[in-house]
Amino acid sequence: MKEQFTILVYTENKVGLLQRVVSTFSRRKINIESLNTSESGVPGIFRFTIVVESQEEWVRKTVKNIERQVEVHKAYYFRDEDLVYQEIALYKVPTKVLAANGQAEELVRRHHARVLGVEEDFTILEKTGHEIETEALYKALQPFGLLDFVRSGRVAITRPKRDWQEYVESMEWELQQQ
Amino acid sequence: MQAITTTKTATALHISGAEAIIRCLLAEGADTIFGYPGGAIMPVYDALYDFREELHHVLTRHEQGAVHMAQGYARASNRVGVCLATSGPGAANLITGIADAQIDSTPIVCITGQVARHLLGTDAFQETDVMGISMPVTKWNFQVTTAEEIPEAIAKAFYLARSGRPGPVLVDITKNAQVEKFDFAYTPCTNVRSYVAKPKIDPEAIASAAAAINEAERPLVIFGQGVTLAAAEEELKQFVEKGNLPAIGTLLGHSALPTDHTHYAGMPGMHGTYAANKLTNECDVLIAIGMRFDDRVTGNLEYYAKQAKVIHLELDPAEIDKNVVADIPVLGDCKESMACIAPLLHPRPRKPWFGKFKELDQMEEEKVRQGELHPTEGALTMGEVIDKMNQVTQGNAVIVTDVGQHQMVAWRYGDFKLDKSHITSGGLGTMGFALPAAIGAKLGAEDRQVIAVIGDGGFQMTLQELGTIMQTKVPVKILILNNEFLGMVRQWQQLFFDKRYSSTEMDNPDFVTIAKGYGIEGQRVTERDKLPEALQTFLSHPDAYLLEVAVGKENNVFPMVPTGASVSDVRLE
Repeated sequence: MKEQFTILVYTENKVGLLQRVVSTFSRRKINIESLNTSESGVPGIFRFTIVVESQEEWVRKTVKNIERQVEVHKAYYFRDEDLVYQEIALYKVPTKVLAANGQAEELVRRHHARVLGVEEDFTILEKTGHEIETEALYKALQPFGLLDFVRSGRVAITRPKRDWQEYVESMEWELQQQ
Repeated sequence: MQAITTTKTATALHISGAEAIIRCLLAEGADTIFGYPGGAIMPVYDALYDFREELHHVLTRHEQGAVHMAQGYARASNRVGVCLATSGPGAANLITGIADAQIDSTPIVCITGQVARHLLGTDAFQETDVMGISMPVTKWNFQVTTAEEIPEAIAKAFYLARSGRPGPVLVDITKNAQVEKFDFAYTPCTNVRSYVAKPKIDPEAIASAAAAINEAERPLVIFGQGVTLAAAEEELKQFVEKGNLPAIGTLLGHSALPTDHTHYAGMPGMHGTYAANKLTNECDVLIAIGMRFDDRVTGNLEYYAKQAKVIHLELDPAEIDKNVVADIPVLGDCKESMACIAPLLHPRPRKPWFGKFKELDQMEEEKVRQGELHPTEGALTMGEVIDKMNQVTQGNAVIVTDVGQHQMVAWRYGDFKLDKSHITSGGLGTMGFALPAAIGAKLGAEDRQVIAVIGDGGFQMTLQELGTIMQTKVPVKILILNNEFLGMVRQWQQLFFDKRYSSTEMDNPDFVTIAKGYGIEGQRVTERDKLPEALQTFLSHPDAYLLEVAVGKENNVFPMVPTGASVSDVRLE
């Protein structure tokens, strides 16, 4: 049965590593729903947040294959209930529609969206939330002549203290020893 | 990205990147390397000219030959094999061998030239994205674009190739980095912080494994190449003797336990022995050591050893529970874990269990081996050639095989008394592997007799390496078992495709004449009574020698576990 999983990968910051990580999915023909990468809380260590839909067995094996890569420190997979997660979405809407139509303003308020910038021709709105919430605002704004829409993909934090923190602590301890 | 930098010391030499590459190889103990020159690697070849006494460079006839030679060298010596190629086509020609080394965990370091840094990404002459192409088939790869990066990149390459689960690494070095001068100093790599070479062994896993083995009525050890890679042949011997355990060896694990050892009990898999396959599904504890439950070993996983408690001694965490779920995983170097478990074992007689192997073996003897090894009429068989060859080698030779029927036959019937004696392309099944790999193996183990056993199809994939034998004078023996067919594919066509022999019959050249053209002596044998003498000449000749034996065109390899079948359904005919 296919389910949604979020995979967290902690890596060195090296050229080509993204390709190594991504190819472990393409090799098993697993499509990546979203992928986000940036420096983690530990300087020099990068963190990937990857969302896929697949069978758990395949995800488990793929995660082990990712961790096998020399420059990958750790890789974990989670179901949604183990995570606090969020994504950000930006919406570009014609300003005159927003100005002329109280309905649109009401939408913005109801969805707790923020106005990031107003130009003569268009206004940029921002909404953070789960995919379902950013999607809901997208659908609601569509009748108003939405000009553009983008979302960041998921970033996520695990609920309990996980191996990663312990791993970092032991690694830092080891680095101090050297 | 983070640049690799090296620490400068007071004793640093001011030299070119190219010379630094040679000095790095020497510092890592390389004595022989395999390669082929070209534009983007020319500075390295120029530097090699000054080191031709210290570092033996073997000029191959194709880059695929170079990488297979490096593999053969590594497998015969348990050292890191090194090959050298130019950019673009040179590097691309290495890929098959790199993929082969990846799936068979062979430690090799490939150094490729690359266009100058300022030309990267411009479609320059002989530029290709070698990093991108090699990424899925290397354990690690790295592109060097300045001379300063060379020592640390090569140190890391050797460390990663040989440590942990070994594998191929590739270092791509731009031409400007080869030419630039810098202050050189070399420090070997001993640690990469994101990489665990040897996981710590869990004492509880050791205790559970030992307890399960001691309780077992019908234990079965299945060992793989992990034993050879860990240099744990002695530990394996003690392990099976101490526990009184029958042991079967995979294609790649073969020769880690001598084939005449009291506890050696055959081979598993598609063309393994009848007893080993049948009894895998009757054992109560299956002890897998340094092996990965390849589909050619397990057949249909739904029906594989379901009755058994599985203990898996394995270095690579990704292999645990990949194909067969381990009841007791023992993560770690099998050399250490076997040494920890062995003292805890209590030998039990298990006579009925050992008796079952004998009983099933007798069935195979009657139905398969008699006809294959001791035919009295008709065409020669591959099996009898190998059997007669055993009488000359006494099981002391290194046998390097290609891929196909002859590979299965040499594995099944070859005698192996010494370790690192059975070298073959297992995971990838690369035809054309044997001839160059045998050349590499001979150079990696010069005191051993090295025999390449090859089919007529595979030989023609890399026969240009006869030129390497001619020039380098490597006394390697070449045994061609010629059935004028791509025999294994033909066997499948016969059994599963209604005998529709689509593109498997071959019109072959005169191999003996071809060898003569390269200054290599040889002969062709077609009759049974001529075989023993021909084998004597073949193996006692001081130089390289090619022996072609015409064997039955439509002989099949049995036993066989058909694709998708259970190992219990192994067929004797």
